[in-house]
Amino acid sequence: MKIVVLLKQTFDTEEKIDIADGRIEEYGVKFVINPYDEFALEEALRLKEANDAEVIAITAGPERSSIALRTALALGVDQAILVSETEQLDHSYHIAALLAETIRPLKPDLILAGLFAIDSGSGSVALQVAELLDLPHASAAVKLQLGTADELALEQAPWNGQLALVERDVEGDSEIVLLPLPALITAQQGLNEPRYPSLPGIMKAKKKAIIERFPADLLNEPLQASIASSATVRTAITPPPARQTGRLLQGSSEQQTKELLHILQQLNLVESEES
Amino acid sequence: MSQPILVVAECKGSSIRRVTFEAIAVAQKLLQQRAGAVHCFLAGPGEGAELQQAARELLTYGASEVHLASSSEQTESNALASLKPLQSLVQQLQPQFVIAGHTAYGRELAPRLAASLASGYIADATAVELLDDGFAFTRPLYAGKAFETRSFTGAAPHIVTIRPNNHETAAPLEAVAAANESAINTLPASASPLRSIVREVVSRVSSGIDLTEADIIVAGGRGVRGSEGFQLLQQLADQLGGAVGASRAACDAGYCDYSLQIGQTGKVVTPQLYIACGISGAIQHLAGMSQSRTIIAINKDPEAPIFSIADYGIVGDLFEIVPLLTDELKKLGRQA
Ligand SMILES: Cc1cc2nc3c(=O)[nH]c(=O)nc-3n(C[C@H](O)[C@H](O)[C@H](O)COP(=O)(O)OP(=O)(O)OC[C@H]3O[C@@H](n4cnc5c(N)ncnc54)[C@H](O)[C@@H]3O)c2cc1C
Repeated sequence: MKIVVLLKQTFDTEEKIDIADGRIEEYGVKFVINPYDEFALEEALRLKEANDAEVIAITAGPERSSIALRTALALGVDQAILVSETEQLDHSYHIAALLAETIRPLKPDLILAGLFAIDSGSGSVALQVAELLDLPHASAAVKLQLGTADELALEQAPWNGQLALVERDVEGDSEIVLLPLPALITAQQGLNEPRYPSLPGIMKAKKKAIIERFPADLLNEPLQASIASSATVRTAITPPPARQTGRLLQGSSEQQTKELLHILQQLNLVESEES
Repeated sequence: MSQPILVVAECKGSSIRRVTFEAIAVAQKLLQQRAGAVHCFLAGPGEGAELQQAARELLTYGASEVHLASSSEQTESNALASLKPLQSLVQQLQPQFVIAGHTAYGRELAPRLAASLASGYIADATAVELLDDGFAFTRPLYAGKAFETRSFTGAAPHIVTIRPNNHETAAPLEAVAAANESAINTLPASASPLRSIVREVVSRVSSGIDLTEADIIVAGGRGVRGSEGFQLLQQLADQLGGAVGASRAACDAGYCDYSLQIGQTGKVVTPQLYIACGISGAIQHLAGMSQSRTIIAINKDPEAPIFSIADYGIVGDLFEIVPLLTDELKKLGRQA
């Protein structure tokens, strides 16, 4: 079995966002693997341990992204591919096209990715990859089982061969979905508990090669035309609107509660006594 | 040029979700400077008298046509089943924009639709602006630590999802008393092969109010100390007609389900009122709720960072304040 994991390197969640000259300041920032992608990576590693799978981690991004791939290698992936792109990559179809064309010749059985990247937050790239590769997907997985209908103890299934049985989070409810492999599945928090790299793992990863792919070799003319037709551009970036300084309520708990109630009434969030 | 705008409508149970009315209002706004009709796409399980009913309601909110995709595979959340009928509809209508809610359904459907049409996609818009030469969409980055404005530079149709609770809702039109049945169009069943099947849906959300659409959220953190504490929050939320949320620490500790988590790696919410109980206010938590209209913090520690973004703060014990407030609200309810 061959598993591809899609990774994105993002700011650590602790980082504050500084905006200078219309862009987000990256200097001195700590980068991590997008937390949702860590769940995807962990799941791939567990499947590798259980089923002898081959795991390939792929990222598209600037040179610094190779550090995320190095971490993935230290954790145990077999191969790491960097799609080097020096351009500002923030247009989801463009990224998806690069990833899809990198994945296509690999013919994986399963593609795992995070539910969304905590920086851009669209949750679009992985699903666009699925569409471009014409694969079914299940998103926000909190539990994943692979196997034939027999192995999954299913009475019947509309497909033969390997299937994925996915428990997914749908706005708080769970849904059990069945789909045939190959498929793409995105990971939600709760899928597993990601491991940390071990020291021997880190040492070994230093010697492994990161394979590079280049956009010029991946994108043919029709794809380039599609990238142009689907383009969106950032025209401004701003900090969130500032909040007014708040006020601490004073007095005993009873007094504070009464005042709070009064505030809620003034804000029309609860009914007033008069009405 | 009178290209229509297509709204992807969504139902929860038998009622249309509020975000759909927000999407209709956004569509109407995008049509302010030109003529053009708002169409709705609505998918649901087969037969469906409820679907017809919802379609009629959409007409009264200003949709000039409603296109129904009904099949047994269509569940509320099965975006894959909606993809093909929606795609054919878009190819036939050639709308300028397709607008959906940034909900579990919309955020799965929209990117696949965009990729299948090689269309631009802007996700999770919190504001839409009309410019002299086009449209600008504002959306959060880093769960709200920054905002970007984006525009489409490619060819229509452009695909947009909007964040629930951030836009005005469309108002029902008085004139359309008797909905015109001929404006409801049933799309042909898709002949494409089955891609996935939903075997089971297990409802775990107790209040039935979706966090991202709730007007009022009572959220608890590690200070709530356990699931019993969360019941106190639920009682307060019930009195307020709101939903319960949580910090990651509370979820990690097993006080409540991960689906309640608010923050950079959880849900991003924008309610009218957010009451944070026993939440310290870590940067990852603030990212998910700092855009709430009014924030109230209840925390024992006067130094807790949550007070820096709260409009009103109570330095105190949540186990005292929360039940007191619940009681006061109950008293009010009895009077009314
Ligand atoms: C990659 C990553 C992603 C993360 N994503 C998120 C996220 O999405 N959402 C999120 O919330 N966190 C997230 N976190 C975790 C975050 O850093 C904090 O650890 C977490 O938000 C703390 O939760 P808390 O405020 O409930 O707990 P604490 O920080 O422990 O705070 C508990 C608070 O309760 C108060 N308290 C205790 N008892 C009482 C009482 N009786 N009455 C009143 N107040 C009381 C205390 O004074 C304290 O301020 C993330 C962390 C990482 C590393």
